[in-house]
Amino acid sequence: MIDREKLLDKYSAKVYKNRKDHIIQLEETDEARSIAANTRAIPGVMTARGCCYAGCKGVVVGPLKDVCVITHGPVGCGFYSWGTRRNKAKPDEHTDKNFVPYCFSTDMQESDIVFGGEKKLEKAIDEAMELFDPKCIMICSTCPIGLIGDDVQAVARRAEEKYGIKAIGFSCEGYKGVSQSGGHHIANNGVMRFIIGTGDTQPKTKFSVNILGEYNIGGDGWEEERILKRCGIEVLNLFTGDASCESLKSAHLAHLNLLMCHRSINYIAEMMKTKYGIDWLKVNFIGVGATCKSLREIAKYFNNSELTMRVEEVIADETAAVYDDMEYYKSKLTGKTAGIFSGGSRSHHYQVLLEDLGMKTVIAGYEFAHRDDYEGRVIIPQIKEDADNKNIESITVAPDERFYREVYTEEQIAALKAGEQGIGLNSYDGMIPEMGAGDVVVDDYNHFETDELIRLVKPDIFLSGIKDKYSIQKAGVSSRQIHSYDYSGPYAGFNGAVNFGRDVTMALYTNVWGLVTPPWKHEPMLVGSLGGGE
Amino acid sequence: MRQVAIYGKGGIGKSTTTQNLTAGLGEMGKKIMIVGCDPKADSTRLVLGGLAQKTVLDTLREEGEDIELETVLKEGYAGIKGVESGGPEPGVGCAGRGIITSIGLLERLGAYEEDLDYVFYDVLGDVVCGGFAMPIREGKAREIYIVCSGEMMALYAANNISKGISKYANTGGVRLGGLICNSRKVDGEAELVSAVAKEIGTQMIHFVPRDNAVQKAEINKKTVIDFSPDEPQADEYRTLARKIDGNDMFVVPKPMSIDRLEEILMEHGILD
Repeated sequence: MIDREKLLDKYSAKVYKNRKDHIIQLEETDEARSIAANTRAIPGVMTARGCCYAGCKGVVVGPLKDVCVITHGPVGCGFYSWGTRRNKAKPDEHTDKNFVPYCFSTDMQESDIVFGGEKKLEKAIDEAMELFDPKCIMICSTCPIGLIGDDVQAVARRAEEKYGIKAIGFSCEGYKGVSQSGGHHIANNGVMRFIIGTGDTQPKTKFSVNILGEYNIGGDGWEEERILKRCGIEVLNLFTGDASCESLKSAHLAHLNLLMCHRSINYIAEMMKTKYGIDWLKVNFIGVGATCKSLREIAKYFNNSELTMRVEEVIADETAAVYDDMEYYKSKLTGKTAGIFSGGSRSHHYQVLLEDLGMKTVIAGYEFAHRDDYEGRVIIPQIKEDADNKNIESITVAPDERFYREVYTEEQIAALKAGEQGIGLNSYDGMIPEMGAGDVVVDDYNHFETDELIRLVKPDIFLSGIKDKYSIQKAGVSSRQIHSYDYSGPYAGFNGAVNFGRDVTMALYTNVWGLVTPPWKHEPMLVGSLGGGE
Repeated sequence: MRQVAIYGKGGIGKSTTTQNLTAGLGEMGKKIMIVGCDPKADSTRLVLGGLAQKTVLDTLREEGEDIELETVLKEGYAGIKGVESGGPEPGVGCAGRGIITSIGLLERLGAYEEDLDYVFYDVLGDVVCGGFAMPIREGKAREIYIVCSGEMMALYAANNISKGISKYANTGGVRLGGLICNSRKVDGEAELVSAVAKEIGTQMIHFVPRDNAVQKAEINKKTVIDFSPDEPQADEYRTLARKIDGNDMFVVPKPMSIDRLEEILMEHGILD
């Protein structure tokens, strides 16, 4: 039996019917490479997914440092999304403000549920204005808000009038959609509708970029910024790690959008292409090889000999600087295998870095990705809309009269994309094409499948999140958190690759749980005596 | 203590019927409390002579959990105690959750005294959500009367409420005590309501005729028994009170399909 079948073997007929399409084992041929994704998890399956609110507040708008992000609801949702994602931020250069370490919640009580919570929300905004004087306030709704019908958008409008600030309400109630992915989309819509395009700070150079889907976990974005700066490329915005609403307003003036996390922010990339004519380039700064490739593609896009030369100089210099370290870790790690389960892009990105270190990824999957993240954007026209997708608003934009400008014509873009050396402009091929025969891909993985994969595939290290980490370690397999980097990082760029090599080496060579034999392996934990003898 | 919930289509006369029949029970010497479960808070005005007391939820909002029972519980005609849950203004918040909060609070405050003979819950409209089903969940009201008339929509609602009751009958032990026909002078009304009652396995416990004495009493913020005790209508409510006091037919209702309901309507109502 192949691994896939073993994994599905224990399921009841009903669960089997659902899960079989979410688990694929790759073959040499192109067939059997399509996967079911972005559908509801089965109740009772211990999925690793989060909720819509987590996607909107936790991922996309939470890292905006000059924004007071108020969680409207009982206090738990705010508290448990406070500081858990390790999106780092320095105080904003314009305002010297940084609200990222704070948690703002309306702390709704029973009487607020019964009588409606709008008044309490308004009071919270008043307090936030008095204490912190932010230029922008965002309101993220939790489940009960949708049930009792508080109009957070109307409250936001009243706050704008009262204080002359920007205020945005998000109806990102946790129950919406099938995972946090819906929350990303809702946040994307709000940022696109109300922020981008409202500023007029011009870029200082001819080579300005935004890095979309870079949340600056453990300082990843800063390492990317450092490298790009050396090359002479101006980073206008990290989107949304260490980002400010103030500078996002002028994001539409950038010359190119770089896209890191495809899943969480491709909506904005696409809308900016339509509205402002800005091309987007899927990049990957995770891994030495991947970083070099991405830098060269950016240089190719800008098509400037001076820039291209500088990029090559930087690549030569940076790769030389990390060469010894990378070789050392490679000597320690070559031949090891890994499993990666992240949210919606890292499982792809980290395979390239692991390859730099001589490791092979044998199992991979996403929590909340859509089919295009697995199979590439060519699949999008074939994705069937269901009630859950339709529940999340999709907005359409039109070319902006004032700001729309094309850097290249369609023919020129086609030429840039053509051939072996072509760059993947405005497109993404997904994770699956990077993987090989025999590899297992699992969508919306759960606790049971994690246990089984570890038992069957026996990877040397499993890279996922806090929900699985300790059960994996206790099974004797090394684990690193690929969402939060376990208090470490950055892992991006050249220096990040070395950090990652160091952390993986440490994990594999001090695999404590794998080294101890628990007492129940050699002595019984339950002691009893035979009864009935008296 | 018998805990009784009164349901029925909006505007059918639940509050009027509840107060007039409790007046009858009061006259018999029974100790009674009425709990109004409607954000409009108009379930006790006839026994208390006007909108007298603050609602539980208003008090909770203004004064917090530390509430004196006397501020929300008032005594009126024949010693009947009245309390109103209250709720949010239309269009905001969650009235259903309000009912749950309110009944929980009344229990904690000791409103359910040992010597009460009856507690009546007068519940808003149809069963609209879990909150309004609160009185029949968790073993509170054990018996239910549905106020209806011979009008089609009232009978639709009665059938629908029966569905709610049968759902909780299996877990909470609640039973249907009967339909109270609050006449709208529809043709063949008593026969039709009796037929519907029989079909869902219950009885039409009483046919309350339409009488302007009710309107007169209401304008004067009183029940008929209180305002005009000698009117024939006062006797109707006395009879209803006696029937409920002596009722021993408590069933798990068998709600019917819409098709069957329409058949019965055709048989009794429209065929002329």
